[in-house]
Amino acid sequence: MALTNEIIRHKLIEKFGEEVTGFEEPYGMLSFTSDKNLNLKLLQFLYDEPSLGFRFLTDLCAVHYPNNTGKELAVVYHLHNLRENVRLRYKVFTDIAKPDVFSAYALFSAANWMERETFDFFGVNFVGHPNLKRILNVEEMEYFPLRKEYPLEDQKRIDKDDEMFGREGETQAYIK
Amino acid sequence: MARPVQYNITNKPLEKPISIVSAPEGYMGEGFFASKLSDVVGLARKNSIWPLPFATSCCGIEFMALMASHYDLARFGSERVSFTPRQCDLLMVMGTIAKKMAPVVKQVYLQMAEPRWVLAMGACASSGGIFDTYSVLQGIDQIIPVDVYVPGCPPRPEAVIDGFMRIQELVEHESLRRRNSDRYKELMETYGIQ
Amino acid sequence: MSEHVTLPEGNVEKQTTTINIGPTHPATHGVFQNIVELDGETIVSAEQTVGYIHRAFEKIAEHRTPYQITTLTDRLNYCSAPLNNIGWHIACEKLLGIKTPKRVDYLRVIIMELSRISDHLICNSIVGVDSGAFSGFLYVMQYRELIYEIYEEICGSRLTTNMGRIGGFERNFTAQAFEKLEKFIKEWPVVLKEFDELFNRNRIFMDRTIGVGPISAERALNYGFTGPNLRAAGVDYDVRLHSPYSSYEDFQFTVPVGSTGDCYDRYLVRDQEMWQSLEIIKQAYKKVQEFKGAEAEVYHADVPDFYLPDKKDVYTKMEALIYHFKIIMGETKMPVGEVYSSIEAANGELGFYLISDGGRSPYRLHFRRPCFIYYQAYSELTKGGLLSDAIITMSSLNLIAGELDA
Repeated sequence: MALTNEIIRHKLIEKFGEEVTGFEEPYGMLSFTSDKNLNLKLLQFLYDEPSLGFRFLTDLCAVHYPNNTGKELAVVYHLHNLRENVRLRYKVFTDIAKPDVFSAYALFSAANWMERETFDFFGVNFVGHPNLKRILNVEEMEYFPLRKEYPLEDQKRIDKDDEMFGREGETQAYIK
Repeated sequence: MARPVQYNITNKPLEKPISIVSAPEGYMGEGFFASKLSDVVGLARKNSIWPLPFATSCCGIEFMALMASHYDLARFGSERVSFTPRQCDLLMVMGTIAKKMAPVVKQVYLQMAEPRWVLAMGACASSGGIFDTYSVLQGIDQIIPVDVYVPGCPPRPEAVIDGFMRIQELVEHESLRRRNSDRYKELMETYGIQ
Repeated sequence: MSEHVTLPEGNVEKQTTTINIGPTHPATHGVFQNIVELDGETIVSAEQTVGYIHRAFEKIAEHRTPYQITTLTDRLNYCSAPLNNIGWHIACEKLLGIKTPKRVDYLRVIIMELSRISDHLICNSIVGVDSGAFSGFLYVMQYRELIYEIYEEICGSRLTTNMGRIGGFERNFTAQAFEKLEKFIKEWPVVLKEFDELFNRNRIFMDRTIGVGPISAERALNYGFTGPNLRAAGVDYDVRLHSPYSSYEDFQFTVPVGSTGDCYDRYLVRDQEMWQSLEIIKQAYKKVQEFKGAEAEVYHADVPDFYLPDKKDVYTKMEALIYHFKIIMGETKMPVGEVYSSIEAANGELGFYLISDGGRSPYRLHFRRPCFIYYQAYSELTKGGLLSDAIITMSSLNLIAGELDA
């Protein structure tokens, strides 16, 4: 029997009950969320359960929602079952004041650099990661650039006139 | 329907069937040719510039197309591209230089021996290009002095050849004392280079 | 009398040399740094540093409209820019729910396969250059120039093409474009055959690449490999077959799969993929020629809200002028939603995770870049090998710096 979103949903609710919520199917891809402390258990379940078998981590990234107080950073896992060709999206929300999420490195080696990139851009601290340091930006950078409060342009550049580019000078919490 | 061509539609006939580059100014006699030292040195230098292709991104692929047989850069004397700065004359910076890469570019420039020239190829090397962001250096002239800028994203190989020919002109007409002059020293001071 | 050198504490046999294969290295791949520990010539461990060309694509995308983001996607995998452009447009079309007509799909397939050939050519010829065989590269670049000429006929630019629109192409393919395509279809097999004869059974090449940098299928899947590197390890996962986009289901082609995942297998998989791409191009060209009359003029879907109108309409008709203005200024907003769409780019599965909040630019756009994900495995691939093997492994993985750092 082919794996459908209904079956996955059933199995998840069977195993985790109330703790898995927010089931949606945007554009045909099942998407759900749970508490951040459950992420490894859930990923392990999706990996091991023979009828589910989500053994391929396609992507790991984060999104910053500054307006959801208490749940500003969302870590999004995209999983793929290669045999049945079914994809999943699993989100975990965390507070920006204490952004600790368990690292999926033990399960998927692909998560190594993807988590470092997420840490570099958003500051999500992956607990249990072997080498969590900045990967793409300069090591000495003190802020997390992809958060919404920081501007895109380097504010210290002198050769470009913001008015000519139609940008109003952006003065936000920019740490140099 | 192809758009009608507007320029270069009259085929100008060649003035002479064979055209040869003219010799530098000098006094010719029986079996000898006397000229200025700087002219002769300039002529020798300009036809054997060994570039260092500092290729970081897309402009690097256009450089590969340039070195290939269609737009051959080797006919200008740069048959041997050296990848070590100790043995090259021209630093061609091709591609975006991020702030993480800037110290490396500076280091490579410092390791080059005089006389050295720099060609900034592409919009990213000239001024940051389309990447006006926190992580991209807005032009390599923030850290090293540049002689020729070739705009484009990426510049067509013909444009790079044009830039290279301008470097050749600079090399040909450079005075032998330029590298020790005060003005050059001042220029280096502004970049913090001894 | 020479002084006796006292070595520091520790076991003498375990002393390793540290070498920095620095960000500027002669194998024009891009800027990666590897700090390798060598025991004699054998690599004990390797540590990679990336980010030397980090251009913050994801942050830029939050401030740009969809057509401006197309220019960013060019610079991801710049050896095959039209693939990335079309992938981005497919992602936007998925979000907007636009269905493109068949002729557009077939034309897109032709362009995508041409870009795939162009990318694999670079990879294979650079593997040759790195192992010392320079002439294959020169010979093959001539045909890349022909591919560039085909791109120029369609969109005007050689390398960073910014090709196409949401819903199709900006103009119909001209007769010259089809002529050049026919020339390519006729002349290219001869060249590829000669390139094959140069490398496939060449003793020196085989000695340099067989058994070098192998990876097993389980490790490759765990590392998130996709594309030719995964297929060389033995897993036949190809996005074109599993989740067909742009009418790939109408074409007959096979997917070459290797067995050991070493450099030789990767080279052969890419080589066979080029032959398969040629087959697909021939089939697509035949199908395009079957459209006659009015259908042969279709080159875009009918979505006035997102498709920039033809320039001659913009200058003559009022409606087209208004739409053009609205789209460029970003007044046509994308619907709220989040979508993950992926295509089979030359290096693997290139994914676009697009979250739109109804504004003119995406709320969050994340690129799932295949190079970034499989470069993590480099230390495992090179452990125990020689230093020269490490160089060949790096070039056979087809690492493109622009895609890696984004």
